[in-house]
Amino acid sequence: MAHAHKLEIFRGLLKFKSNTQKIWGVLIFLSIITAVEVVLGIVKPRALTHSYFIGMKLLNWIFIILTLVKAYYIAWDFMHLRDEKSSLRRAIVWTPIFLVAYLLFILLFEADYVYNVYKDGFIQWNF
Amino acid sequence: MDSTVTTGTAEENVWGGGNSPLGASYGKMMMWFFIVSDALTFSGFLAAYGFSRFKFIEIWPIADEVFTHVPFFHGNYPMIYVAFMTFILIMSSVTMVLAVDAGHKMKKNAVIWYMFLTIIGGAIFVGSQAWEWGTFIKGDYGAVETKGGRILQFVNAETGERAAIRDFAKTLPSERVEHENKNGVWFFDEGYMPSYSFNEVMEGFKANPSILIRTEAIVQEGENEGHKTLLNREESLKKIKDGVLVVEGANLIRNEYGSRLFADFFFFITGFHGFHVFSGVVINVIIFFNVILGTYERRGHYEMVEKVGLYWHFVDLVWVFVFTFFYLV
Repeated sequence: MAHAHKLEIFRGLLKFKSNTQKIWGVLIFLSIITAVEVVLGIVKPRALTHSYFIGMKLLNWIFIILTLVKAYYIAWDFMHLRDEKSSLRRAIVWTPIFLVAYLLFILLFEADYVYNVYKDGFIQWNF
Repeated sequence: MDSTVTTGTAEENVWGGGNSPLGASYGKMMMWFFIVSDALTFSGFLAAYGFSRFKFIEIWPIADEVFTHVPFFHGNYPMIYVAFMTFILIMSSVTMVLAVDAGHKMKKNAVIWYMFLTIIGGAIFVGSQAWEWGTFIKGDYGAVETKGGRILQFVNAETGERAAIRDFAKTLPSERVEHENKNGVWFFDEGYMPSYSFNEVMEGFKANPSILIRTEAIVQEGENEGHKTLLNREESLKKIKDGVLVVEGANLIRNEYGSRLFADFFFFITGFHGFHVFSGVVINVIIFFNVILGTYERRGHYEMVEKVGLYWHFVDLVWVFVFTFFYLV
């Protein structure tokens, strides 16, 4: 297990001296992102909750993107995928991404259809 | 493990065995197999949650109004405690990476300490989740369920705050014959009973003009967009007639926060995740004792620590998604 660690994050923008330092650096980064999420969740700026992009509130897009960023750094640095061979990394990452994207696409479209049936389809549910 | 060259003899070809094209040991590969399949399971749950939420998009409970408690503090602190739990879990992930790192350097004592801290972090997280469940099940304001299974909550018009049913319900003298074991041919116990009957809540509501009803529907446009619909007094008096029973707290059938599916998914997803954290703590404890006993020192490498570390980080990774989709979005 004597393989060398890759010590840079942000595409080489930030390079750490040792693996331990990199771990603390990633922790600080993840904490900042979580803090930003919590603050946005409490404040809920009107500009973000009242504007939409592809049918979803801008605020929710921000939350989802920040979550994916966090997931990336947990997988790449804590689960040290960064140090694994690219073939292993791709097999691990792309398999679920493809399947989950497909599942979400199908389920959310179906749910939206059911919502419209409830709304316009002469079904009484609010009584 | 530095390269893809075969470790076998020169006569062996690529398919003759002995080489590891992915540069990972058997145990690590199997851990990754498990993690990918478990990730798909959790994705299935979260996608099902998304399905139900999109289906009832206009009446789904608002998480900020449900999870507002912090232990030892009174008042309204949305999100704070969950943020704390998230931080604890990320922190214990960090000590786990540090344990793996110390293991690579064969520093036994450092591995012991970091594993210990990881276990403590995991225990705090599981404990917090138990507390969160307890608060959620107990509930705080109480609500009324209508014939159609919808939830009506109460608001005090003077303060604009939520009104608890215990604050305005009347106590009506009534007699209720309790069904006892000795009278029953086939006995079932009574089960869950709310602290006030529906009639007591209705009478209290009629007698108290400052109490208004809040429905599940989220206002879609105008000034109050994104908030639950508040009825005026006349509408409220009309609406209360639809009510049939009192709901306090949450169980798998109904909950005072709104849509029934909300509590079901809460119990199901955070419960499944909490079970993962719990089993992660148990596995960590086993490895912790193995480290103390010197098992990996004798074996010559700490790969087992790395493997449980992968599982532990995966639990953290799942929580990041649960946190977003349950509490933030």
